[in-house]
Amino acid sequence: MALRDRSPGIRPRETLGGRLDHAARAGFPATCTILLMLATQAPFGIAGQAVMLPAIALACVWFWSLFRPAAMPPVAVFGIGVLLDLLGYMPLGVSVLVLLVAHGIARRWRRFLGQQGFAMTWLAFAPVAAGASLVSWVLVVALTLRLMPAGIAIFQAVLTAAFYPVLAIPLAWAHRAVPEAEAI
Amino acid sequence: MIRLSIPARQALSKLTLPVLVIAAFGLMLLGKADTILAERVRMALNDSLGPIYSVLAEPLGAMRKAVDDVGDMWDLRAENAKLREQNEYLRRWQSIALALDAENTRLKASLHWIPDPTANYVTARVVADAGGVYARAALLEIGPNHSVKKGEIALDERGLVGRVTEVGSRTARVLLITDLNSRIPVIMETSRARAILVGTNGPRPRLLYWPEGVQPQEGERIVTSAEANAFPANLPIGTVAHTVNGVPEVQPFALLNRLEVVRIFDYGMGGVTAPEAERPTPGRH
Repeated sequence: MALRDRSPGIRPRETLGGRLDHAARAGFPATCTILLMLATQAPFGIAGQAVMLPAIALACVWFWSLFRPAAMPPVAVFGIGVLLDLLGYMPLGVSVLVLLVAHGIARRWRRFLGQQGFAMTWLAFAPVAAGASLVSWVLVVALTLRLMPAGIAIFQAVLTAAFYPVLAIPLAWAHRAVPEAEAI
Repeated sequence: MIRLSIPARQALSKLTLPVLVIAAFGLMLLGKADTILAERVRMALNDSLGPIYSVLAEPLGAMRKAVDDVGDMWDLRAENAKLREQNEYLRRWQSIALALDAENTRLKASLHWIPDPTANYVTARVVADAGGVYARAALLEIGPNHSVKKGEIALDERGLVGRVTEVGSRTARVLLITDLNSRIPVIMETSRARAILVGTNGPRPRLLYWPEGVQPQEGERIVTSAEANAFPANLPIGTVAHTVNGVPEVQPFALLNRLEVVRIFDYGMGGVTAPEAERPTPGRH
């Protein structure tokens, strides 16, 4: 539990440095998600690189919504979704909706999944990834009135689910290395 | 700050998610109602990110080349032999081409042929993929004082790449010929029959609507047609390659998945431009 709650009493006003530190800790998950998303756009020249952007955004939102929901509020998810729509050339609103729904699911299952191991969170993420790419595909088809090839949606679902461990391991490390603002 | 009671705050925090979900649907409607808004915001974002990616492009390109070079080292000998053979072959072709060129110039001179206007072009570096999952496009860094306009034509050193669809203050987006929304009037070089080249988001666009009695031949060269005034005639696009089901597709000459530098030509074509490009914009300077 938070240290502050364990020692009640009057404390001196927080210093500027302390407040900056808290803000940095609270803003860390959203910032690292956005930086990772921008990094996927760099010209690496890898085939299928475009799919990395939604994969990373969804995995980050899922991870932080599960393990640090206070620092990944719905408003931050909304912002990340807008950025994803803009960077990924999707019709506006599609990724916003998908990420918000994934965030809602993560919040709902948080109590259960928080106690399970890594394998379980991954297993729960796989259907979420599949659902996310299916919903995106349906919305893109509906909004552009054009039948998009379904292969890319399947590829996106598989890549997103398969890529999760690669991302979750460093994120889990960062989660431990940068403790929550409330925990200090 | 407004102080709220704890139950009120809890109720509000429960409401945030549904409200934002509704806002997401609102955003979809907004994007549908005002397509130019999303385009403007996107180009503004690209303009600010473009310089970063263009700085990154060089070291990343060098790294990719180094990796490719290691692979090339293995079959250096075989490659060398192949190149020597190809060189011989091309030398023969060069003499034929030179002779034909001279003959062509002579014939044109005696026919008083009106020469094709030479097009202005600028060369730009491809800094990022600009297609996302459901489109095929490239982002070009064109510098702050550019004269690139919508509808101009992008070529790499081998063939047609696509058309400029969005222009920002220092970046431009080129829709590739493989994009699902790409439609290009073409001519099959041997039969001189017209057709439409339709993008599928796959690596090879498809040929459609060729006239009856003509069949696209395997390996036939496909060039642009001047019809509809969108492209100048005879820009090389690719060669016909049939799928296993016998559907004629075109293997592009341009290396569309490894674009590094493209040239943007201004042929002064205004045949097909987006509606907003034609609309006068009073009051905007």
